[in-house]
Amino acid sequence: MSSDIHRTIEAVWRIESTKVIAAISRLVRDVGLAEELAQDSFVAALEQWPQSGIPDRPAAWLMRTAKNKAIDRIRRNVTLENKRAVLARDAELGEIDDPDWDTALDAPVGDDILRLMFIACHPVLSMEARVALTLRLLGGLTTAEIARGFLAPEPTIAQRIVRAKRTLAKKQVPFATPPAEELTERLSSVLEVIYLIFNEGYSASSGESWLRTDLCFEALRLGRILVGVAPNEPEAHGLLALMELQASRFRTRVDAEGNPVRLPDQDRRRWDRLHIKRGLAALDRARSLASEPDFYLLQAEIAACHARARTFEETDWKEIVRLYDELAFRFPSPVVELNRAVAVGMADGPEAGLELVETLAKEPLLRDNHLLISVRADLLEKAGRLEEARAEFARAAELTLNEAERRLLEARAEQPPL
Amino acid sequence: MRVMVLVKTTPETEEAAMPSEQALTEMMAFNEELVNAGVMVDGDGLSPSSRGARVRWESGEVKVIDGPFTESKELVAGYWLWEVKSLEEAIEYAKRIPNTDGQDGEVEIRPIIQPEEFGDALTPELQAKSDELRAKEQELHPRG
Repeated sequence: MSSDIHRTIEAVWRIESTKVIAAISRLVRDVGLAEELAQDSFVAALEQWPQSGIPDRPAAWLMRTAKNKAIDRIRRNVTLENKRAVLARDAELGEIDDPDWDTALDAPVGDDILRLMFIACHPVLSMEARVALTLRLLGGLTTAEIARGFLAPEPTIAQRIVRAKRTLAKKQVPFATPPAEELTERLSSVLEVIYLIFNEGYSASSGESWLRTDLCFEALRLGRILVGVAPNEPEAHGLLALMELQASRFRTRVDAEGNPVRLPDQDRRRWDRLHIKRGLAALDRARSLASEPDFYLLQAEIAACHARARTFEETDWKEIVRLYDELAFRFPSPVVELNRAVAVGMADGPEAGLELVETLAKEPLLRDNHLLISVRADLLEKAGRLEEARAEFARAAELTLNEAERRLLEARAEQPPL
Repeated sequence: MRVMVLVKTTPETEEAAMPSEQALTEMMAFNEELVNAGVMVDGDGLSPSSRGARVRWESGEVKVIDGPFTESKELVAGYWLWEVKSLEEAIEYAKRIPNTDGQDGEVEIRPIIQPEEFGDALTPELQAKSDELRAKEQELHPRG
């Protein structure tokens, strides 16, 4: 069936595209050009493989075809009357030896994939552009798939990718591992992009769209690839641990009506044990490599505390408080402080949590924050101050922008507590 | 989607000689490739059926049958769990499983049931919501 062969070709592309783009990038030293040549090969594959069948070594076929496309470009340029039309980078194509193309895939490509990641996540690009380019170059996603993932029109994404490649060419971003002094910042960008993709899918999993949990799995895959090509980076393992552990809760985050289910109410028997096992293993690796805890590691440690507790009641809240203390010390932010207040409320009683919340509420930016107000409401309820609690739930319901969350908060404003 | 890949064997071949050094090396490299691709979730080899047992429910009775299961035509020798986008992707990876010693063999690929496939779980409201979203998606990306 023609649709079967099409899906098979897409599957082969998904498997091979990153390696092929990385190998071509090493040869032509230009990621934008590499991607174009690879894309041209893909199109050729879509045209030819339904007739000729899938080649035994598809990656080699794609490389050979890319080489031929490169030669075509050179020939086209040579016949042009106006020499100035010859793009500098295309002129260099002629300098690559034939055997280099044929052997490009024989050499280990891990470092090139890492370079590709660094470039796709280059700080000179906007965050949106980094995300689109990463999903394109390293996820092997089509423009349509990326557009679906971010609920954006396809032409918008296509333009974003074109502009991103243009920016990289204009700024002459080299196909090289970043210099030592830039490495930390550049790696941070890669981690940030992957985690952003994960979060985009994760928040979607709480009831808005089934379609976007695919994004979480793309992010997980990217995280696993990163760990494979940068095995000595503790932050990469930390991020992977965090994502695996959060992914373990997917099936329990939404109820049958599509409403979000909060952590205390999730059916832990349905937490995915394989994701937990992998997350804890990644956490171990992160810990053994890290000289001091980083942002993802600490978050992963907190997620691990939940993963290890068989029931909500058995959660080690003292440990979670200790972890939030460390997070608040190293990476202070209002969100961290608020989560810490919740943890303190669990470990030391609601009044202790409320004290922290009241301190936070003094900040003008937080005073009317619906998250803070719902945390306060929750703690007031636990402290038995029911009238006040209901008033705060009602206030929070008014302030939230999320429909499902509003319904939840309104319900709590009306009902007596369990 | 997650798939389980079952590695098959027969009573005749399951107790055969250990795979060659080269076969082991190639299999390790294959597994590493899957790990680096972000596809590998889990995997392991099973000891021969002589070390196993079966529990059978038959006519209201529970029976225990010790291995080896010489009567069976097919036995499971090992398994993988892979996280892939499609069955086609799993098939393409499976085609790359090294067959160093050149023997006959078979793996069976079975997608693991997704929550949506548990019919009851999708209430009419949820189905309606899902349909609405698919319609929205159609609008944004009309397919030919």
